[in-house]
Amino acid sequence: MQRPAIEPTKRWQKSPRRFGSYLLMTIIALFSLFPIVFMLVTALKADEGQILREMSTFAAFLPTGELSLQNFRDVFERVPFAQYLINSGLIALTIVLFGLVVNSLIAYALARMQFRGQKLLLAIIVALIIIPFQAVAVPLLLIVNQLPWFDGRMTWLDSYHVQIIPFIADAFSIFLFYQFFLNIPKDIEEAALVDGASRFRMYAQIIVPLSRPVFATVAILQFLTHWGDFLWPLMVVRNPAVRPLTVGMQAFFGQMPRQWGDIMAFATMVTLPVLIIFLLFQKWFVQSVASSGVKG
Amino acid sequence: MTISKSPTAQPQATPRTPMLGWKRREQRVAWAFVAPALLLLSIFLIAPFGLAFYLSLTDQRLVPNLNLPTRFVGFKHYLAMWQDATFVRALLNNFLFVLIVVPVQTSFALFLAILVNQKIKAINFFRTIYFMPVVTMMAIVAVVWTFLYNPDQGIINSFIQTISFGQLGPYRWLEDPKLAFPAIMLMSIWQGVGFQMVIYLAGLQEIPGELYEAAQLDGANAWQQFRFVTLPQLRNTSIFVVISTTIMAFKLFDQVEIMTKGGPNDATVTAMLHIVNSGFRNQKVGYASALSVVFFVIVLLISFGQRIVTRSER
Repeated sequence: MQRPAIEPTKRWQKSPRRFGSYLLMTIIALFSLFPIVFMLVTALKADEGQILREMSTFAAFLPTGELSLQNFRDVFERVPFAQYLINSGLIALTIVLFGLVVNSLIAYALARMQFRGQKLLLAIIVALIIIPFQAVAVPLLLIVNQLPWFDGRMTWLDSYHVQIIPFIADAFSIFLFYQFFLNIPKDIEEAALVDGASRFRMYAQIIVPLSRPVFATVAILQFLTHWGDFLWPLMVVRNPAVRPLTVGMQAFFGQMPRQWGDIMAFATMVTLPVLIIFLLFQKWFVQSVASSGVKG
Repeated sequence: MTISKSPTAQPQATPRTPMLGWKRREQRVAWAFVAPALLLLSIFLIAPFGLAFYLSLTDQRLVPNLNLPTRFVGFKHYLAMWQDATFVRALLNNFLFVLIVVPVQTSFALFLAILVNQKIKAINFFRTIYFMPVVTMMAIVAVVWTFLYNPDQGIINSFIQTISFGQLGPYRWLEDPKLAFPAIMLMSIWQGVGFQMVIYLAGLQEIPGELYEAAQLDGANAWQQFRFVTLPQLRNTSIFVVISTTIMAFKLFDQVEIMTKGGPNDATVTAMLHIVNSGFRNQKVGYASALSVVFFVIVLLISFGQRIVTRSER
């Protein structure tokens, strides 16, 4: 009954309001985009003098003058960029992959199985979420400095594993898995139990296929975190052979005199792959971030 | 072995011998599932956490010196840190960051979320753009913004000069003790706001539409709907966003390390930067551990604050 009374005024108001919305959203979009556009465009300008001349004008955002891939070539010549890229990718992906298995297994046991100490263990995991990595970084450095490895070295410094193994188990990931598993109906597993299926088969053949969303969430959140890891590699890595992109970027940035074209080419090559992956799997990214926040 | 068992019965319901064997097996399997994660967490989180407390009472150094054995120094570090001007400044900076960035970023994120929650064309395009800075590495963001903040010719300076008709600027952003930290704050908001926007967007989409219809029938205008429907419904989301942004503010490190190294004159030093400088660069692990413990206690208090606020509502 009330509807017709409201609708006309709304429609009447709609178009200027909608125009205002678009205008506002466009302005904010420019704010979000301008550093990224600037980075991409500058990377293509081979002439360092031109970059400096244009840096205070609107031309800084436009592909003006002579465009080339020279800066990208320079980056490969000056630093082992490909090596850094492989290192970062290898480290982040290994953390994600092992993390998915290890964290979902413990979460499955916590959510579904009965064993002594279960409740205490759950409480410990929840408590561990609060401890930020930053608070343990310095003592952890002391520990990994004196850990033996299979190759006979008596320290973990300057290696891949020192950047991977400490981050595989993650209390927050366990918690996300645990919450998701709790909401899966038990009937299917009970049927499997009657059929004599082992716990591992139930986990692998029933739970994992039903839990794709949470696996994607944990994978994306872990990847975003560890792809950008900076503090820890800064402390444990010297050798360029195992150095990730973040530390590589800092070292490259610190080389004077600064070649801004090269720096932006470096930045572009780091940003583009992730940006493309993000655009392809946008929905998953957004859902992952959203679900990291639902349970406060 | 489970033939006699009905599908709904719980294992403990029938205490017979085959059941006992099953239970014991279940125990063993459960611990096998738990073991890898628990072992890793013990070595790389629980052990260093405990070690931090112990080390904070010693004068442990990163590389042990055989001539100077590590001594127990009691609470010396905990007293000394308050005389350490850099540490006090770092904590103040962290609190300042919280005080400014948390309200600004949170309200901006909420504003963006409401803006992109409209059912209009091309809305996904805008959501994507606002989220793009989040997937850009902080190390990269910091480097790019250093160029944007260039003291003489930077684009930010020329933008401010243009819109103020030459009245304002140019500023020496990262070299000016008064401006360096605000400059880092602005950049951090730029990078982080998309993350919280998405969390708010999820919160907005969970608000039942009937609430708005009811409010409209009562004659509530847009502002009243926001004030009396949206905000109260987003209460828990907001608490989460505020707390997580606060904790993030305390972890502040990457930006300051790359852009200013804490300078000029400690204007941008943060707790984390000072911990790394003391423990790693100056090798004073004992002192840095004490700082880490204080850092942890602050984060813990914030988390408890969140619990208390969330509970009092329920």
